[in-house]
Amino acid sequence: MTQPDAEIVQFDNVGLRYGTGKEVLTDVSFTLFSGNFYFLTGASGAGKTSLLRLLYLAQRPSRGLIRMFGTDAITLPRDRLPGFRRRLGVVFQDFRLVPHLSAFDNVALPLRVAGMVEKDIVRPVNDMLDWVGLADRRHAQPAALSGGEQQRVAIARAVIGRPELLIADEPTGNVDADMAFKLIGLFQSLNGLGTTVVVATHDPQLIRQVPDSLIMRLDKGKLLDPTGALRYPPRRSAPAAAAGVAAAAGQPGPESVAP
Amino acid sequence: MNVFSWLGAAMADGRRDRGGNNEARLLPEARLSGPMPWVIAIMIALTVVAAASGLALRNAAQTASADVEGGVTVQVVSAAPAERNRQALAALATLRGAPGVVSARVVPQEELNALVEPWLGTRPGDDVEALPIPALLDVRLSGHATPDRIAALRARVARNAPAARVDAQAGWLTPVFSAIHALQWLAGGLIALLALATVAAVLLASRNALGNHRDTIEIVHMLGGTDNQIARIFQRSMAMDAAAGGIVGLLVGLIVVVLLGRQFAALGSGMTTSAGLLWSDWIVIAAIPLAGVALAVVTARVSVLRNLRRML
Repeated sequence: MTQPDAEIVQFDNVGLRYGTGKEVLTDVSFTLFSGNFYFLTGASGAGKTSLLRLLYLAQRPSRGLIRMFGTDAITLPRDRLPGFRRRLGVVFQDFRLVPHLSAFDNVALPLRVAGMVEKDIVRPVNDMLDWVGLADRRHAQPAALSGGEQQRVAIARAVIGRPELLIADEPTGNVDADMAFKLIGLFQSLNGLGTTVVVATHDPQLIRQVPDSLIMRLDKGKLLDPTGALRYPPRRSAPAAAAGVAAAAGQPGPESVAP
Repeated sequence: MNVFSWLGAAMADGRRDRGGNNEARLLPEARLSGPMPWVIAIMIALTVVAAASGLALRNAAQTASADVEGGVTVQVVSAAPAERNRQALAALATLRGAPGVVSARVVPQEELNALVEPWLGTRPGDDVEALPIPALLDVRLSGHATPDRIAALRARVARNAPAARVDAQAGWLTPVFSAIHALQWLAGGLIALLALATVAAVLLASRNALGNHRDTIEIVHMLGGTDNQIARIFQRSMAMDAAAGGIVGLLVGLIVVVLLGRQFAALGSGMTTSAGLLWSDWIVIAAIPLAGVALAVVTARVSVLRNLRRML
């Protein structure tokens, strides 16, 4: 696990375009510190999913520099990518469950990929399914699960390996308010254990639920960072800056959080 | 349940009995009802027949070559029976005293009659002996009947039997050996082409399978799965397909080989009856499905890894 307050992710003037189209991300620079809880907000089409794809190494930027866990992620050799990805947990917007696997096997997938032996897999997976309220649905395949149930399986899969960086794209979009509250509570628990969390969301309710969170606001492919708390190179004493960024970043931000 | 499904289920049971494998659960179990096992079965069956034919031809050529390599035929061509017999006996005496000659004999008239019987018949009243058939001497040399040795014998015999014609028996069979060698090359070429066709079929199947499972592969990649882990799943799937196809192909090929062997043996010709298979040949034939599985697995691995490298 990365040291607390270490610079876990650094973007320096990152730009991204698909093919020959216009840039969907322009001059994005920021630093994410280990142990923080970030919300990524912005209107539809602002570039949130593209930014997350860069974060979970599914996409290389068109320009700029990206460092993750202290290593240049752009020139990272292909054979080192799996090791990096195992330090990440990702909740995809479209869940991306493996259709032929049961809920249990989907949640067990990161552990199996990491080479964990079968007898060590059963208990944590069952515990995780129990926690997300799917203990009695462990043998069901994704097609037999509702949207909300699929989302919970996707979240369980993302957190089962205790990732250093958890990236979630609209993780509560298909669940009811109670389950959304519970899932964000799970993310907070993980965050308390040292996992850095980045959640893309439109929902101000969620943001209010995490008072100490930092806001990353995207607008037409540009990251708004008026206080410079997210800037790269980073300003030291990030947690102190965290309070300021929310206050100055405008809506929605932690200034509107009602503890 | 078809034969491939049954074989696949049996192999999968065997794997589970050994404790299973985490990687096997990343992608769906190999489906053995697709065309791949049938393609491999056909390739293996044809390869078995081609290999058995090539090996049998090689054995026939070796046996015939061993039989005639030191053999020399002396024909005394004379229309006058008395002169023919005199020269034959003179040639026999000369040959028996010649260096390197192991044995020499005049072929008896009964054997000559038997040789010409298929063409001239044995109808009662026919006077076959009245025909001016050359006298034949069958001579065995130690070692090969090389052109130099034949020339030396020819010179020695010509002094006492000017009507004698000395020829190496291998010379008569040179066109036959040439034809056999051509057929052996043909069998080898067919095996090479079948191997290439197998590689092409596996490449296509791998590309298809990668396309069908592209989403799952991307997910496994995103969760930290390595190219080798993914390639091993496809290798295992291909190995099961190829093993099932190989077993069926071997059985079909062996049935064809045995039936063809019986047909040729029934001809009763010296050349075809010597074209059997040795035990070492059966081992080579039994190894063909193993080679097929190895070829399919290596091809699948190379193809999958090459395609995966194009994905991030």
